[in-house]
Amino acid sequence: MTARFDPGDRVRVRVDYPHGHCRTPFYCRGKSGEVERICGAFRNPEVLAYGGEGLPKLPLYRVRFRQAELWPDYRGPDGDVVEIELYEHWLEPADEEGQSG
Amino acid sequence: MSDGHGHTHDHGHDVRPDNERPWSEDQYLETALRELLIEKGVLTPAEIHRQVEAMDARTPARGGRIVARAWTDPAFKARLLADDASDVVREMGIEIEPVRLLVVENTDTVHNVVVCTLCSCYPRNLLGIPPDWYKARAYRSRVVFEPRAVLREFGTEIADDRVVRVHDSTADMRYMVLPRRPAGTEGLSEDDLAALVNRDAMIGVAEVAVP
Repeated sequence: MTARFDPGDRVRVRVDYPHGHCRTPFYCRGKSGEVERICGAFRNPEVLAYGGEGLPKLPLYRVRFRQAELWPDYRGPDGDVVEIELYEHWLEPADEEGQSG
Repeated sequence: MSDGHGHTHDHGHDVRPDNERPWSEDQYLETALRELLIEKGVLTPAEIHRQVEAMDARTPARGGRIVARAWTDPAFKARLLADDASDVVREMGIEIEPVRLLVVENTDTVHNVVVCTLCSCYPRNLLGIPPDWYKARAYRSRVVFEPRAVLREFGTEIADDRVVRVHDSTADMRYMVLPRRPAGTEGLSEDDLAALVNRDAMIGVAEVAVP
């Protein structure tokens, strides 16, 4: 498996609203975070859900988002985070402009 | 008394209605599928019963054993917290199936809590059947944006100098929280420690307390 991103890389979740099953929560689309770890390679659930093979396997990442990035009016301490599992095709490099976090 | 068996029908609790509500589609589907599988000779009633028993045998006590081992065996804990805890758990004789288990550790600076906002992914092999609230929309939607308020409703106050880390179990990992070992438990055996660990502490909505 060749992973496009490394732990520590800044990434942004694509803003996309495909029809059908996907495992990317709405609340993180368009948000930037940091790759916490690479989980390995897994079959694509968007294809598996409809009886397909879901191959080739996709790198799966855990991405750490600051709460303030996800919810601008978050009232807890700055350090609070949410970590979400995301497949590689949902991620793009976060450019400087997009780094609100 | 005229009811003929010597006591009134005040049970002090709700009783299950004698005549149950109409079945849901899922109930019809389950019954139809089960009967068909039996009729076609794919499964026997005994096999189905054994599988139900196996499901019932999965309880949070399994998770408690893992936590207690981690509290008492630093080498075990180090391996458990490394990337894939599934193999470590299998070595304890606990069957975890093909899912990948990640164990996340609560410390004096970090508190972890687990949710699946998309559905209700849960480490059933370690913790058994998930509680209803875990699958409820209220928990799933709120714990990602106001985790501290949700934890407070569980009676769990997290000091501001501890980071709250919410794990959204959206894909192929399953999560278990390794709670902090409570003070005053130094003399306890591994079995006694395991008995202290409660399900909610392994989801991350509670901490382990000494009774």
